[in-house]
Amino acid sequence: MTAPNASTVIRIQPSKGWVSLKLDELWEYRELLYFLTWRDIKVRYKQTALGILWAVIQPVMMMVVFSLFFGKLAGMSSDGRPYAIFSLAGLVPWTFFAYGLAQSSGSLVGSQNLVKKVYFPRLVIPISSVLSGIVDFLIAFAILLAMMPFFHLWPTANVIWLPLLLLLAFVTSLGVGLWLSALNVEYRDVRYMVPFLTQFWMFATPIAYSSSLLDKYPAWKTLYGLNPLVGVVEGFRWALLGTHTRPGPMILVSALSAVLVLVSGAFYFRRMERNFADVV
Amino acid sequence: MSEIVIRVENLGKMFRIGAKRERYRTFRDALAGLWRRSGSERSSGTTPFWALKHVSFEIRRGEVVGVIGRNGAGKSTLLKVLSRITEPTEGFAEIRGRVRSLLEVGTGFHPELTGRENVFLNGAILGMQRAEIEARFDEIVTFAEIEQFLDTPVKHYSSGMYLRLAFAVAAHLEPEILIVDEVLAVGDAEFQKKCLGKMEEVARGGRTVVFVSHNMEAVDRLTSRCLSLSDGRLSQDGKTSDVVGNYLRGAERRVGDLACFRVSAIPRTVALVDLWAETPTGEKAATFRQGEPFRIVLRVTSHERLKCDFAIVIESSQQHALYTTHLSDLSEAITTNGSHLLAAELQNPMLRKGQYLVSVAAFSPDLRLFYDVVHHFPLLEVAGTRDKSFPEDARWGALYVPVRWNVSN
Repeated sequence: MTAPNASTVIRIQPSKGWVSLKLDELWEYRELLYFLTWRDIKVRYKQTALGILWAVIQPVMMMVVFSLFFGKLAGMSSDGRPYAIFSLAGLVPWTFFAYGLAQSSGSLVGSQNLVKKVYFPRLVIPISSVLSGIVDFLIAFAILLAMMPFFHLWPTANVIWLPLLLLLAFVTSLGVGLWLSALNVEYRDVRYMVPFLTQFWMFATPIAYSSSLLDKYPAWKTLYGLNPLVGVVEGFRWALLGTHTRPGPMILVSALSAVLVLVSGAFYFRRMERNFADVV
Repeated sequence: MSEIVIRVENLGKMFRIGAKRERYRTFRDALAGLWRRSGSERSSGTTPFWALKHVSFEIRRGEVVGVIGRNGAGKSTLLKVLSRITEPTEGFAEIRGRVRSLLEVGTGFHPELTGRENVFLNGAILGMQRAEIEARFDEIVTFAEIEQFLDTPVKHYSSGMYLRLAFAVAAHLEPEILIVDEVLAVGDAEFQKKCLGKMEEVARGGRTVVFVSHNMEAVDRLTSRCLSLSDGRLSQDGKTSDVVGNYLRGAERRVGDLACFRVSAIPRTVALVDLWAETPTGEKAATFRQGEPFRIVLRVTSHERLKCDFAIVIESSQQHALYTTHLSDLSEAITTNGSHLLAAELQNPMLRKGQYLVSVAAFSPDLRLFYDVVHHFPLLEVAGTRDKSFPEDARWGALYVPVRWNVSN
């Protein structure tokens, strides 16, 4: 966004194959990123009747349903913590992830009026979609903190790791979002795939249950670590509720797979970018 | 000579038509495609279409250049390539300096946000910095004349207010090179005048401007040099008055060209298929002497029986309407049934020397439905006459009206 000086030469020519991510240019457009995120947040709360309440209703209602069916009826283990707070601690970061995924995968198609009329690094669009979930997350997180004293639970000192865990959720959400948003431009199947994928992913993440269920199958547990959300959810419980789910070396596998998805997603996105305006 | 700021060489852009119709694919098609590709060449039935081909030109600092051409000639594609919205298929363009392009006004405006919020959002989208927007904020608001509605969501704005605000933000961009599409084609006459004035100001400010338009008057007023595109190729590059003159003369006209002037969003239940001028004795002609009577002939077809009226608007080369005549003025609207030939004879056309356009419309007699509309079709030229009673010189105005002066004390 900073004005390139007069000597800057822009060369417009056909590009082939994989192209650079142009992160420097993305940095120049950080103000646009800010404004688009701000717009998404603002519009989200302006257009809905319940506004900010949605950020609370979703995870809390899920918590109620989970507690009833999995906690009470099925009697699932919850790592020695009350089931309600156990599931909520998982639902809060999960909701951030799932919201980011849903928003970013549809973001390019939803911004076609921009894509067809103005030039800017297209990466700004899915990034701002994922970022806009942060306000919802903070509200839900505050509710979670407010509920903890009722269960006589207090955050541990390990909360200093939460920002990193949140970053991991962000990276995963954005990585998958980049793949899906670029695919969505050409294949509208993505629209139908996202709800299914989210649901599937939720069951592959220890939200309603504890990953200690898998303790008996160590080989499977390593593979499980490929899902970065496992580390995020377990880490949240460990830092807030003091469960024995301190993310071990497995989180490195998680981080690695998240970064891999992000980088590959970004390159795939950049590769498809040249056709966005023509196809969308 | 000042330095070259835009250099375009051998630029080409190809689309695959057919692929355009089924705009997006599904995984199933892609899977089927994989299967097919392994066999023969892709038999997807798409034909390549070059929206731009072999386009080369250079623009120097401070030049104000117009780009004209019929619908589908490649103007918008050229603009999109220069704006980096879409990539060229071949060739390249180089742009030196801070460039901003304006393909429409109000890009990214959100109806739920207030005027104030939209100014910032739209400014950021157009590439302005926050500090820059803040510095010009008052100017923008004054220009848009919306002070008291600044904190109202723009969904409550009238379309006029909305446009004024949108244009105001765009008008306060300060790039070194400005690329503008038909932004002046929207809004009422008052608004267009304001836009045109602002554009003139920008152009006089020594900035490089590339201006695409259908509005020949605006191109003529604003630019000194003009590029004319036809079928994706650069057909003319020269002084605006020459290029616009040639363009209007229909030098690039081909058979069946009427389609290029048609308003595309109309269903054509009654179709205007041909349009020409002829002498009262029925000889087709494109040039007439001043004062010579002529006929404007329309061929229309319809497969439905519809009550239909017709209007012919005679326009100056600057697209100003001079005179409108309706079929129902003197006779009855017709009921269409197959093919019809309609001829309007102008017994005493008071047109001076010059180029004239016509717009023609077929519509229901209650004016509710338009069946087909052709806009600004270059129909004929009026040449000078040897008759001394017609003043030959270029006086102001398009019409020759016999006037009797009377002087008394």
